[in-house]
Amino acid sequence: MEKAVSILKAFGLPRLIITLFLVALFVIAPFAGINVAASVTDVLGRFGQNAIMVLAMVPMIHSGCGLNFGLPLGIISGLLGATLAVETGIAGPASFLLAILYSTPFALIFGWGYGKLLNRVKGSEMMIATYVGFSSVAFMSIMWLLLPYKSPTMVWGYTGQGLRTTIATDGFYYHILRDFLVLRIGDLAISFGEILFFAIFAFIIWAFLHTKTGTAMTAVGSNAVFARASGIDIDRQRTLSVVMSTWLGALGILCYQQGYGFIQLYQGPMYMAMPAVSAILIGGASVNKANITNVIIGTILYQGIVSMTPSVMNSLIHTDMSEVLRIIVSNGMILYALTRKTGASR
Amino acid sequence: MSEMTNTLLEMQNVSKEFNGNPVLKDVNFKLRQGEVLGLVGENGAGKSTLMNILFGMDVIQQTGGYGGKVLIDGKEVKFASPLDALKAGIGMVHQEFSLLPGFTAAENILLNREPQNRSVLSLVFGDRANTIDRKELQKEAIAAITKLGVELDPNMLVSEMPVGHKQFTEISREISKSAIRLLVLDEPTAVLTEKEAEMLLKAIRNLSQQGIAVIFITHRLQEILDVCNTVIVMRDGRIVKDLDAKQTSIQEMARLMVGREVSTGKPKAAEDGREISDKIALSVKDLWVDMPGETVRDVSIDVREGEILGIGGLAGQGKLGIPNGIMGLFPAGGKVELNGREIPLNDPRACLDSSLAFVSEDRRGVGLLLDESLEWNISFPAMQIQNKFLKRYLGGLIKWRDQAAIKEVTDRYIQQLQIKCTSSLQKAKELSGGNQQKICLAKAFALQPKLLFVSEPTRGIDIGAKALVLQALREYNRKNGVTIVMISSELEELRQICDRIAIITDGAVSGILPADRPSEDFGILMVGKSKKEAM
Repeated sequence: MEKAVSILKAFGLPRLIITLFLVALFVIAPFAGINVAASVTDVLGRFGQNAIMVLAMVPMIHSGCGLNFGLPLGIISGLLGATLAVETGIAGPASFLLAILYSTPFALIFGWGYGKLLNRVKGSEMMIATYVGFSSVAFMSIMWLLLPYKSPTMVWGYTGQGLRTTIATDGFYYHILRDFLVLRIGDLAISFGEILFFAIFAFIIWAFLHTKTGTAMTAVGSNAVFARASGIDIDRQRTLSVVMSTWLGALGILCYQQGYGFIQLYQGPMYMAMPAVSAILIGGASVNKANITNVIIGTILYQGIVSMTPSVMNSLIHTDMSEVLRIIVSNGMILYALTRKTGASR
Repeated sequence: MSEMTNTLLEMQNVSKEFNGNPVLKDVNFKLRQGEVLGLVGENGAGKSTLMNILFGMDVIQQTGGYGGKVLIDGKEVKFASPLDALKAGIGMVHQEFSLLPGFTAAENILLNREPQNRSVLSLVFGDRANTIDRKELQKEAIAAITKLGVELDPNMLVSEMPVGHKQFTEISREISKSAIRLLVLDEPTAVLTEKEAEMLLKAIRNLSQQGIAVIFITHRLQEILDVCNTVIVMRDGRIVKDLDAKQTSIQEMARLMVGREVSTGKPKAAEDGREISDKIALSVKDLWVDMPGETVRDVSIDVREGEILGIGGLAGQGKLGIPNGIMGLFPAGGKVELNGREIPLNDPRACLDSSLAFVSEDRRGVGLLLDESLEWNISFPAMQIQNKFLKRYLGGLIKWRDQAAIKEVTDRYIQQLQIKCTSSLQKAKELSGGNQQKICLAKAFALQPKLLFVSEPTRGIDIGAKALVLQALREYNRKNGVTIVMISSELEELRQICDRIAIITDGAVSGILPADRPSEDFGILMVGKSKKEAM
């Protein structure tokens, strides 16, 4: 009995509640006339779409920069890459590679600057990061209008200049990963393409954390003074982690766009950090500890709740509760995690 | 002193267990008025628990109370809270200070018991509107300080005081309570310099003469001999021996405490008849270090190859600044050469690269990754600086952590240094102070340095662990021929292990003497009177 309690404690109360809630939703689903197989497909699709953005939290958590509330900056790099790729007019799978290629230099440059900034505000990274995210979104809202994009698929039809708020990826890289290596059993469709894509990057991060540099990065996050006394250049490690997080953010949004079907500009990236932050926290990470398991469990739980609640709840009580619930879960989880500094283990 | 005969406090068969774990067994002792009782024992011997029972601390009730009787003036008492104990005239000064930094000594001494003047507003608003009678406050504070018999400016802000004066303020506060009859001092001298400690001991004698009984807990056994009437030695929750302080010796107390022979205070320098070469390993010239509270102004010192050089001196004189400055943890300037090669300052990496290593005095802040495993703690610097414990793939492009090698080296040091832990994967924060210190040593040993700085290696660890740590350092020096520079505030400890001892006063070297010189000589250097004796 005591052992069971300690296992439950290690799992964490919030995670337990959310898991039970999700299981309950799946149990109720058939009675509410929901197709469970289709729901599972939906949850897996959302997982593949969002997981890399959640993964983007990991390097910064490891180096002690806290949760990456500045994810919008990485997303903007991704958006620049995406729009530039569409601008070239090259369609099909090549456009996805092109988008990754174009977004990379932006992610590196933005991430470097963002990292330098965070090095100056040690101790209040997360607050500063939030505003870095917000202000970069605001700045880019102006730029999307002013940048000389010409592609007719993207610019406003009536003036011929300035980008539209949403741009369809159809014809470019729509479902490029989702429709790759799909396993279909009745209504259930598992897209191994997306999962594989995530797995590659998750493996790279996992492997990185096992290298000499990765070890140094974790030590910086664990005790910066110790790392400095051991001859580690703290600022360099932190900057590196921020660059990695930003680049993963850029990749993450591209992955999201191919599944979702649209490039969302202007205010689109504004609150994108919140679901990612809350997903990794639900997964059992804390402000200074996180691992790949946290990312996977967290993304499944969070996206499970988000996609299951509307369908089940709506068919049961015929009101739209889902958005309310989503906000309560994601913000509540962030609040909960910020009040307790430790918890997860590696 | 006829009152000496009246028994003030008596404990009869006091016992206590936590979750079925006995921590106190059958404790009996008597304390007469005006008597000074020394209480010694290793960490975990049960001293704190005993004092918690005396004080009626919540933790005792919450864990099921205690067995046996506590009698004051021959009547049994059961304190439900520390407030009851205070009412009965028992005061306690804890290791950690509880003072308001922005207030003066006088204000702190009489905090919440200030003499008051009634004013017109008091008629309307009641006592809350009374004003503080500053003159009376001053008078009462001075009375308490005089009773203690120390020099302390009642108008000095606590934030500007040296540690010793904070301690005096704390004690003055306890004795300013008129009913005080018994004062418990929990390691009051641990944070004091030797001179301050002497003043405190004098103060304790003063109090004793005024009929106040004192229970004095300390790790420094010499102080027990200096000031106590009787000594109680505790081990594993029992009183192993009641001693008359006049008839005992440090050796006897130390032996009783740890239950085994501990080598004490005999300078050993030439005992193993070794010779130190004249070759200079480390040469420091005109070093200055800007370390808050430990400023180094102008230090020039030569360390010979293969020796253990001690650096001593009073707190705040700059001895800690020397290793911290050389290792690049605080801004520094000057010239440092290791075997003739200049080492750039303000660059921790460069120092480590030139085979210097440093065990910091700040174990928890600088020395350890508290949230990580012992494996990480021990292997990390060696991995980062010397690329040890790594597997290389793709022609060295990928440097992968070699878990097996890390485990092996960790287990080796756990065994070699007798580190008590559940496994090499235990987190550093879960170990006791002494074992954490051994981890710090293992971390430095794993770097296989040519020269090792060790700063306050025995601070805050009990006497048994202390001996083991010093032993480990000495063996390391003998077996591997590593030059060690050890910084410590405890002169006796330096005299035990070092070949030569340098004393730092006011940020400069006031003299270097062989360790077998009598301690008075070092004492003279510490007060900084004899620069001419230097070198």
